[in-house]
Amino acid sequence: MTKTPNSVTMDESAERIILDRGVQGLVGKSVARIEGPLKTSGRADYANDTKLDGAAYGFVLTSEISLGRIKAIDVAAARSAAGVLAVIVDHPLLPSDGSAGNASLKRVPRDLPEVDSYGQAIGIVVAESFEAARSAARLVRVDYDEREGRYDTTRHLEDVEHEPKGGLIPDIKRGDIDAVMASAPVTLDITYTTPHYFPAAMEPHATVATWTGDGVEIHSSLQLLKTARAMIAASLDLDLSKVRVLAPYVGGGFGGKTGTGPEVILAAIASKETGRPVKVALTRRQTAHLVHHRADTHQRIRIACDDEGHILGIGHNSIVSQKAGRSFIEPVSLGTLAMYKGEARSFTQSAVRLNIPVAGAVRAPGEAVGSLALETAMDELAERFGMDPIAFRKLNEPEKDPLRGSPFSTRRLVDCYDEGARRFGWDRRNPTPGEVRDGEWLVGMGMAAATRINLLQESHARVSLRLDGGALVETDMTDIGTGTYTILAQIAGEMLGLPIDRIEVRLGDTNLPPSSGSGGSFGAASSGSSVALACETIIAELARRMDVSPDQLVLKDGVATARNVQSSLVDLLDGDDIAAEGVIKPGKTARAYSQAAHGAQFAEVGVNAVTGEVRVRRMLAVFDCGRILNARTARNQAIGGMIWGISYALHEEAVVDKRTGAFVTRDLAEYHVPVSADVPAVEAYFIEDPDRHANPLGVKGIGELGNAGAGAAVTNAIYNACGVRVRDFPMTLDKILAGLGPV
Amino acid sequence: MQFNINGQTHEVEADIRTSLLDLLRDHLNLTGSKKGCDHGQCGACTVLVNGRRINSCLALAVMHQDDAITTIEGVGEAGRPMQQAFVDHDAFQCGFCTSGQICSALGMVGEVKAGWPSLVTADLEATAVLTPEEARERMSGNICRCAAYPNIIDAVMDATGDGR
Repeated sequence: MTKTPNSVTMDESAERIILDRGVQGLVGKSVARIEGPLKTSGRADYANDTKLDGAAYGFVLTSEISLGRIKAIDVAAARSAAGVLAVIVDHPLLPSDGSAGNASLKRVPRDLPEVDSYGQAIGIVVAESFEAARSAARLVRVDYDEREGRYDTTRHLEDVEHEPKGGLIPDIKRGDIDAVMASAPVTLDITYTTPHYFPAAMEPHATVATWTGDGVEIHSSLQLLKTARAMIAASLDLDLSKVRVLAPYVGGGFGGKTGTGPEVILAAIASKETGRPVKVALTRRQTAHLVHHRADTHQRIRIACDDEGHILGIGHNSIVSQKAGRSFIEPVSLGTLAMYKGEARSFTQSAVRLNIPVAGAVRAPGEAVGSLALETAMDELAERFGMDPIAFRKLNEPEKDPLRGSPFSTRRLVDCYDEGARRFGWDRRNPTPGEVRDGEWLVGMGMAAATRINLLQESHARVSLRLDGGALVETDMTDIGTGTYTILAQIAGEMLGLPIDRIEVRLGDTNLPPSSGSGGSFGAASSGSSVALACETIIAELARRMDVSPDQLVLKDGVATARNVQSSLVDLLDGDDIAAEGVIKPGKTARAYSQAAHGAQFAEVGVNAVTGEVRVRRMLAVFDCGRILNARTARNQAIGGMIWGISYALHEEAVVDKRTGAFVTRDLAEYHVPVSADVPAVEAYFIEDPDRHANPLGVKGIGELGNAGAGAAVTNAIYNACGVRVRDFPMTLDKILAGLGPV
Repeated sequence: MQFNINGQTHEVEADIRTSLLDLLRDHLNLTGSKKGCDHGQCGACTVLVNGRRINSCLALAVMHQDDAITTIEGVGEAGRPMQQAFVDHDAFQCGFCTSGQICSALGMVGEVKAGWPSLVTADLEATAVLTPEEARERMSGNICRCAAYPNIIDAVMDATGDGR
C-alpha cells in the first residue's frame, strides 16, 4: 500500500529531532560507505562507463577564437575520414555553451554562429571509435570573423556594472562606512585578489545518450537532476516526460556539475542523428572552457575599530568578472554579512564583463574566496592591536545576526575557537613573526574562522518497507562523493529499526521522486529529511497495525515492540509492502533565524628561508555543523575541504591568456591541485549541536564549510612564520621570496 | 591484436592508435580504469603491467601484446587487503580516482619491496621501508580532487602492515 506524502514545510522549528526516536544506533556512527565495495573494485559505473551495445563516439568541436562570428565551416575532409558517421555543425538545436547552473536560463545557450568565448561548442563529430572521432575533429576547418574582446579583469576595474542583475545577494549598506573609516582611531583598508579557479572534478563531464522512440535517456555527470532534466527537455524542444536522466555515480562535482553542459545536448543530438547510442566525454583540456569556473575577485576590505579593538564598521566590496550576458555573480561577501560585530556595514558585488568562458558556482561560492580576504584582514588587525587573533575575533563575536538582527539558529563558533586552540596547541604560538626556526625553515602558526550559510531545498523521497524485511529508499538525489548513499541508508535504518545491510538505496534517476540534488551543502539536510519523513508515515502505519501510538513503538533489528508486545516487521506487513513518500520544503525558519555552519581552522607551516617554499606541516579544525550523520564520511568531507584551503592558499590559479581570452592552464599539469606529498596530518573535529530550526534532522551542511577559512589559516601561518603578507592569491614562492630578508 | 588481461587472453580488433586505457574501456568493457586527463597527469588510469604500475592512457595498446596486464577488476586476492583498507579508512569520496589509487598502491608496494628509493629516501643503500612520508611521496602521481589523501595514506599503511 502507498500512503499519502508526509510533507513538512519548515515554517516552524522542529519540536524534536526526528531521528531521536530511533534506537538502531546507526546515525552519527562511523559507518563505512555502503557503495565502498563497488568503488574499490571498479564496479561503480559513472556516466561514461555506461554499457550500451553499438555505441558511437562523439568528439566536441570547439572554437579557436573568443569573440566573433563563424563565416564558414569546412567539414568535407572530416566527413570522408574513415569511421566517421556524422559531422554536425548546422543543427538548429546545437548548443554553444553550458547553463553553468544558472536558474534564470530556460535552456542552454544556443547562439551559433556567434562565438562569445574561447573553446565554446560549435558542433560534434561522431564516429565508430574515439580515435576516429578525435582524428576527424582535427580535419574540420573553421573560418571566423574575429573581433577584439576583453579578457583581463584588472584592465577594466574602472568600468564595472554595479549591483549586476542575477547577483545572489543585493548590495547592502547600513550606516556610513566612509564616515566611520574617516573618524575611527584604527582602520584597515586593503584590497586582496584571488584568481580564477576551476572545479576540476576528477571525472571530466561525460554523457551517453540513447533514444527510444521519441524519448531520450541521458547518462551524465550531473549534480542536480531535476533542473538538468528540465534544461535538457527545453534545449531539445521536448516534453519533460520524454527525458530521463541518470547519474547513479558522479566523479566529483564541486559546483562544476550543477549546470547542464553542451556535451549533454550534443550527445542527444548526435544520437538522434545517427540512430546510435553516443558517448561524449569532454577532454580534460576542454573542461577548462566548457565547464564554468569560479570568477577572479578584487576584494576591498575595510574595517574600522575603536581603541580597544571593537569593530565599528566593516566593508567588503568586490569586483568580480563574468562573461558578457551571463548572470551568476560570485557572492563574495556572503560569509562576511553576519560574521563580526560592527554597526556600519557595506557589502557590494560589482561585475567586470569579459569575453571569457562563463563563471559559476564552485564549492562554497562566496565564502571560499571571501574568507581568504576577510580572515587575512582580521589577522592583520589583531596584530595591530597586539591581540591574539582568537581574542580579537571573540571580542567581535555577535550575540545575534549583526545585519538582520535575527537570532542565530545555533552558533558555537567560540566553542570551536576554544576547542581548536586546545587541541592544536595554540598557546605554543610565538606571536612575533620570524622567530621560530627549524634548520632553514621558518615555522609559524595561523588560524581563521570558517562560516558557510546553511540552506534547505525542496526534496522528495520514497521509502518502501518490503516483504523481505528490508527497506528501499528511492530519490533522484546524487552522491557526488558526499556519502549520500550511506547517510540515507543510516537514516532509514535508524527510523525503521533495520540494520544497514537491510537497506537498499537507489539514487540518480529522474524516474524516482525529485530531490534537492547536490549543491550548496543542502543535500544531506534536504534529502535526508525527506527520507526520515517518509519513514515517519511507515512508522505511523505500523503503530496503527499494532494499535498503539507511534511514540509507543520501538523499532530495532526488524522487530517492533510496543506495550510488551513484539512483532516482526515482516509479519506486520501482512503480505504487502508499505510505501510512503516524504517531502521537505524550506519555510519561515530560513528567515526567522540566521542559519550558518561555523568552525575554527588552524595551520602550522614551514617557510624555507632560502627559497620561500611553503610546506604545510599540520592542519586542524573544529566545526559546528549541527547533528553529525556519519562520523567517518563527515570527517572525510571536512578534511577534503581543508585541503582545498591549502590549495587556494598555495597552488590553484587558472590563468587567462590576456591576448586571446583562452585559459592556458588547461590540464592537471598546468592547473595545480594538491597531491599526497602536499598534504600533512589533517584533523577535523565536530561540536555536535543539533539545529532544530534548520530541518527536522538538526543537521547543517558540511561540504563547503571545510574550505571556508582554511586558506587564510595557511596564509596567516605563513605570515607568522616569516613576516611576509601576500595579498594576491595564491601565495606562490616567488611572491614570498620577494618579501624574505637576506639569508 | 592479442592481450593477456587479468589472466585471460583477449583477441581484439582495434584502431592502431588505441591507448591501453581505451582498449580496456571501449573494447573490453573493463571500465574500472578511469580517464581523468588522458595525459598521464592524474593517475586515474593506473594499471599494472607485469606487476609495475603505469598510466594506461600514455601507453599504446599495441605495445603491450606480450605483457601481463592487471586492472582493478583483476587484482584478486593480492589486492583484497588494499581494497578493504580503502573502504575501512574511507580513502575516497567520489571514487573516480580509486581504481587508479589502489593499482598504484599495489605497484608501489612492489617497488618498495624491490628496494627502489624515492625522492624522500634518506639512505639509498639501506633496505627501503614504507613510512607514511614515503607513501605520501610515492603516491603523489595519483590525484584525488576530493582530497581524501590522509585516509588514502592510512589505508595504504594499514594494508601493508609494518610497511616492509
